[in-house]
Amino acid sequence: MASKSWLNILTFLCGSAVGFVLCSQLLSILLEEQKDIQPSVLHNDPHARHSDDSEQNHLEGQMNFDADASQHKDENTDIAEKLYQKVKILCWVMTGPQNLEKKAKHVKATWAQRCNKVLFMSSEENKDFPAVGLKTREGRDQLYWKTIKAFQYVHDHYLDDADWFMKADDDTYVILDNLRWLLSKYNPEDPIYFGRRFKPYVKQGYMSGGAGYVLSKEALKRFVEAFKTDKCTHSSSIEDLALGRCMEIINVEAGDSRDTTGKETFHPFVPEHHLIKGYLPRTFWYWNYNYYPPVEGPGCCSDLAVSFHYVDPTTMYELEYLVYHLRPYGYLYRYQPALPEKMLKEVSQIYKNEDKKVNQEPLKEKHK
Amino acid sequence: MLSESSLFLKGVLLGSIFCVLMTMLGHIRMDYGKRRRHYEHHHLQAPDEDILKLAEDERTNLSKSFRVYCIILVKPKDVRLWAAVKETWAKHCDKAEFFSSENVKVFESVNMGTNDMWLMMRKAYKYAFDKYGDQYNWFFLARPTTFAIIENLKYFLLKKNSSQPFYLGHTEKSGDLEYVSVGGGIVLSIESIKRLNSLPSIPEKCPEKGRKVWDVSEDKQLAVCLKYAGVFAKNAEDSKGKDVFNTKSVGIFIKEAMTNHPNQVVEGCCSDMAITFNGLTYNQMYVMMYGVYHLRAFGHVFSDVLVFLPVNASDND
Repeated sequence: MASKSWLNILTFLCGSAVGFVLCSQLLSILLEEQKDIQPSVLHNDPHARHSDDSEQNHLEGQMNFDADASQHKDENTDIAEKLYQKVKILCWVMTGPQNLEKKAKHVKATWAQRCNKVLFMSSEENKDFPAVGLKTREGRDQLYWKTIKAFQYVHDHYLDDADWFMKADDDTYVILDNLRWLLSKYNPEDPIYFGRRFKPYVKQGYMSGGAGYVLSKEALKRFVEAFKTDKCTHSSSIEDLALGRCMEIINVEAGDSRDTTGKETFHPFVPEHHLIKGYLPRTFWYWNYNYYPPVEGPGCCSDLAVSFHYVDPTTMYELEYLVYHLRPYGYLYRYQPALPEKMLKEVSQIYKNEDKKVNQEPLKEKHK
Repeated sequence: MLSESSLFLKGVLLGSIFCVLMTMLGHIRMDYGKRRRHYEHHHLQAPDEDILKLAEDERTNLSKSFRVYCIILVKPKDVRLWAAVKETWAKHCDKAEFFSSENVKVFESVNMGTNDMWLMMRKAYKYAFDKYGDQYNWFFLARPTTFAIIENLKYFLLKKNSSQPFYLGHTEKSGDLEYVSVGGGIVLSIESIKRLNSLPSIPEKCPEKGRKVWDVSEDKQLAVCLKYAGVFAKNAEDSKGKDVFNTKSVGIFIKEAMTNHPNQVVEGCCSDMAITFNGLTYNQMYVMMYGVYHLRAFGHVFSDVLVFLPVNASDND
């Protein structure tokens, strides 16, 4: 009899243990967030693109430039606002249906707001996101098709709404204020385009797709025209290379996007990969591709960097925090870049007016 | 057979109920703990942004009036992070010294000759006070896993009199004891360090050596001693109530924000005037240096009361 009651107790205890464990597992699945393990990614092929690429989405409305300016009472954004008006940039982001919620959403929540106009391009229209449908298929081999169609779409609908037309991926982080500074020295009527310049295959070089590239209005016009007249065709599926070849054919200049100290502004990787000496192995393709002498360590990246690539969602927000929020109080940065001459006159006007508090209205106009 | 299986099932049921209860209790305790902390801890805020309108030279003089001595406690196993700290943010301290448990060939350090963290800390404070008490007015102690922005520390200390007993950082509560967590960095004014050093060694009030049995961490130990000397911990916050000393890295904050408030990730993350982050890797130290001292958006201009020039012999900023 005693052994039977022991057995009963044991059975009961086993049951409660099993119940407890099962329940805690269930609860932990329900309650806890998933931990993301980020493997360090070395992309072995310069033309390797993201495996799940998809469709196109329709137009994205304009966002308020000053979305978070109210947070910073001591921050003066007059110059940035002036540049916003003077250097109009339309951004289109290469994405697809599977990536809208996974990646494009975070682009939309961060840097996309600062474009004068932003469009999310997918193979399939999505009215809610919103995203433009380019009516292509899915897949890596579709990238150049999507690019051609995206630029065509932008040309047909928004040519007059911007001066410069930027293409980025849904894992590219772009600092629009710095892009405007870079482009303010140039004329959108000139046939020129900028990005991270690579040297192989194309005599004048071509721009890395992932780091993003930006076409002048004239460059866009010529590009679209070239496909109508068959000057350029869908020659390959390697988007950035094919586009670079076309640019050369139509006499659009591959610009030098480096800052006034010679530091690169468009980056094909995240800051860590460029800043840490030895991170990218010597045998990596990158060292042979860069048009200008590549630099690793602190000289790699301009203070006024324009883009980074292979940026995962967490890093999107981290960069947003580091660029637009965290700062060293009172610090006099070593690099003090100047505005181009034509802008300097207008800016000095701003500072004169600050004291007099006259004529503030046109400059303080908010963009709705 | 039937009675056994029903017994088993009853056990399963009980186990599940117990588990649910425990989870719920755990959440309630956490919430209660958070609320309790909010009402009962002491906090200190950064100066209001529009305080003084000063002339250029007045600003320079004011900026120079903060003399921060940095104490970084290291052990041989920390050598990689030590290297990173040495090459990055430590250069922004008015003086930075590394206090190690033993002599390490690769780097210069002040040898504390002990593995006990509390003893190391105590000796380091004594050393700093004895040698530099008349040259520095603020003492910042950190571990090599911490990244610090000394300029933001100085801004935070604006209008705080160092001859008052300040003991600041990210505070936590252990029972009745409010202490500054060493992970987020510990700030002591000269007055606090003076009082700490003039304490007689009374084992119950302020032990010489760390207690191995109870394994009280060195930051709690420090709080106990300081409390005895009449110095109390205060949590440092910005004008919006956000912590400026952080015991986690930016990445962790972002990940948490993406889960807890996905529509306000960056807004809900961290202070614009954050002073420290903790738990960084060697690589992240360099990324932070670039992110803080280089990377920025053109056309955003600030009119700051203080002025800090770039430091000499420093590549990473």
